[in-house]
Amino acid sequence: MGVQLLLEHLNKPEINTIDGYIKQGGYRTLDKVLGKMTPDEVTEEVKTAGLRGRGGAGFPTGMKWSFLDKSTDKPRYLLCNADESEPGTFKDRLLMEKIPHLLIEGMIVSSYALGCRTSYIYIRGEYMFILRILEKAIKEAYAKGFLGENIKGSGYSLDLYVHPGAGAYICGEETALIESLEGKRGNPRIKPPFPAVSGLWGCPTIVNNVESIAAVVPILNMGGSEYAKIGIGRSTGTKLISASGNINKPGVYEIELGLPVEEFIYSDEYCGGIKGGLDIKACVPGGSSVPILPKSLLFKESNGNPRLMSYESLSEGGFETGSMLGSGGFIVYDEKQCIVKNTWTFARFYHHESCGQCSPCREGTIWLDKVLYNIEHGLGKESDIDLLWDIQHGIEGNTICPLGDAAAWPVAAAIRHFRHEFEYHVKYPHRVKDDDHVYQPEMNYTTA
Amino acid sequence: MKVTIDDISIDVPPGTTILEAARMIGENVPPTMCYYSKLEGSGGKCRSCLVKVTKGSEKDPRPMPKLVASCRTNVMDGMEVKNTTSPEVLQARKSVTEFLLINHPIDCPVCDQAGECDLQDLSYEHGLSKSRYDFKKRIFDLIDIGENIQMHMTRCIMCYRCVMVADQLTPERVHGVLNRGEASEISTYIQKAIDNEFSGNMIDVCPVGALTDKTFRFKSRVWFTKPVYAHRDCKTCSGKVTLWYQGAEVLRVTGRKNKWHEVEEFICNDCRFHKKNTEDWVIESAATISRHSVISQNLNVYEKPVIHKKLQEKPKSE
Ligand SMILES: Cc1cc2nc3c(=O)[nH]c(=O)nc-3n(C[C@H](O)[C@H](O)[C@H](O)COP(=O)(O)O)c2cc1C
Ligand code: SF4
Ligand code: FES
Repeated sequence: MGVQLLLEHLNKPEINTIDGYIKQGGYRTLDKVLGKMTPDEVTEEVKTAGLRGRGGAGFPTGMKWSFLDKSTDKPRYLLCNADESEPGTFKDRLLMEKIPHLLIEGMIVSSYALGCRTSYIYIRGEYMFILRILEKAIKEAYAKGFLGENIKGSGYSLDLYVHPGAGAYICGEETALIESLEGKRGNPRIKPPFPAVSGLWGCPTIVNNVESIAAVVPILNMGGSEYAKIGIGRSTGTKLISASGNINKPGVYEIELGLPVEEFIYSDEYCGGIKGGLDIKACVPGGSSVPILPKSLLFKESNGNPRLMSYESLSEGGFETGSMLGSGGFIVYDEKQCIVKNTWTFARFYHHESCGQCSPCREGTIWLDKVLYNIEHGLGKESDIDLLWDIQHGIEGNTICPLGDAAAWPVAAAIRHFRHEFEYHVKYPHRVKDDDHVYQPEMNYTTA
Repeated sequence: MKVTIDDISIDVPPGTTILEAARMIGENVPPTMCYYSKLEGSGGKCRSCLVKVTKGSEKDPRPMPKLVASCRTNVMDGMEVKNTTSPEVLQARKSVTEFLLINHPIDCPVCDQAGECDLQDLSYEHGLSKSRYDFKKRIFDLIDIGENIQMHMTRCIMCYRCVMVADQLTPERVHGVLNRGEASEISTYIQKAIDNEFSGNMIDVCPVGALTDKTFRFKSRVWFTKPVYAHRDCKTCSGKVTLWYQGAEVLRVTGRKNKWHEVEEFICNDCRFHKKNTEDWVIESAATISRHSVISQNLNVYEKPVIHKKLQEKPKSE
């Protein structure tokens, strides 16, 4: 294993309790930071570290923090986005379930940097059991005086709450999360204004992913410049990757950014290769919203360099030949998987999760779902493929929030790289009606 | 602040949206299906008003990466915007129109809104002549929301305007949006009747035929009625209305709508539903219907429809 900053103590005894966590050096940052460093110095460390948001968009965290509007006397809020609902992504869950105090420690020092008196962890309703784990951990932290009034005599006070969602992917979008936390329908807001200026109850607000906040702890422990040495280029530090699909060892791995994709898939340290010794067909490297990559583009960038697990390398070539690191939901498909079926599965998800506010997403996602259903079930027409292209194009970039893009991109990428599978489906409907039948390149389909 | 839309420049006060600036220019105005200047927070949802910002401002001339909703984007000094001169905008608008129509019943022949329907206008200008949607359309059960207002959720385009009327005009809101995504619907709290003095304004703000006047239901096509401005001394509202006559009979009372199909002032339910005699009113004059509506083809006192120059030049094929 390479450097482990977040999961280092995953298997230590009683790491889920505050004493077990402190035994491993937990809550050290409180002594180092509270009252000793100014909030701006903390933000500076995070900037120096080059930490980028782990929730999907990869926006530099320190920079986001510096956008927080400090010109008003309104309260400021830090919201931890623990809504983790992207198909393929399950990394925050491990972190919160096993090492809840890491997140709480991160919340304390991050809230200090932002000058928050109250902060919230917004967790998806399906993680109710984790909510209980977090609440227990928060109680322990209050008992030790790490939360509440005058933390460790530093003069800094913070209250921390966990709030469950009610089961909606869209509430992971930061402004929908804020609406939901305010007790309203989880519709994304129209931006601007951005949350950093007007967020929760109209106050300056920062929303960060669980992993981003947890990463602040090792950054402050080791110093921003040391953290920046880990990783590659502008992709600094480590990243949790939740690997799933047809691999030998699915699970959550902490990798140093810059690890070659090929090594991640085939090394026994990580995914351990494709199950059953089959060949790999494709991979969705960053959660269901990002473009799928065929084998031919997965291990090498378009310029021939090896493709690495980093923000830059995975998106090299734009959407023509690249994808995105996204939230790190790494889904691998072996040669027996049907791309059309997978695309339909994703489309069904976005159809189900659209908030329904804006017309391209509300109507486009149901349309994509229905057309893909037809193609997958041998009811499609040849013109349907171009229709799919038109529909996704009509959604992309024309919506209020990025859920529309997230619904459009997987369809576009599947058609771009696997058009032959779609054509096969509409040309040989009687074959695809057979559930197990998947397009195989070496077969001669002309004699159907 | 100076803003240029489709090569026409205008000076506007800070805080003006691109859409309002376009309305001030009066030509090539983006269509609006959800924005309503009198309702705070409206707009941004239907995406029919998308435009391209080719120059952000004098200070920061970078173009905006995506099309923006003109109804919710403020102008910056020196901003340059393309509406009907951008093929990208026209393409997006075509998509939006298609999306709005795929699940719309297109039951115009039996819809009271026909003739003054924004969706009809939009599809006339930007729609395809044939649907590419091969599936069964979405249908909602009819719910009864009271004696004066007829609701047809199936026709709704989710502009949220009626919800904002309820929030901003009436003391207690009893309706809102239920469910999510394409299944979302406007509904009342456990099918309660909507009953308050200003609820009728939901009808006026509805861009389609999802909310219509029960007291006018199936009485006439709107283009067979003649609009007349009138007022009365009303304790609840301004009492300034439009009466819609057929012969000597007042078939319908609505708020007075301006060029952009928005009411000038909201009116109360008493004026709208219960004052249907000429004696109730002081008649002012014939109403001007300046929209390019079928109503305007009735009498030549109305302004002629404005057809966008740039759109006329568009090739006919498609
Ligand atoms: C539809 C949608 C769902 C999202 N879901 C999540 C989520 O579950 N968890 C998360 O951290 N970010 C999610 N995001 C991203 C957030 O909007 C936001 O960018 C992120 O929480 C910022 O945190 P970061 O800068 O630390 O990455 C989602 C975004 C969209 C558009
Ligand atoms: S893109 Fe979809 S999820 Fe986002 S605001 Fe629009 S309808 Fe809602
Ligand atoms: S009018 Fe601007 S988005 Fe609907």
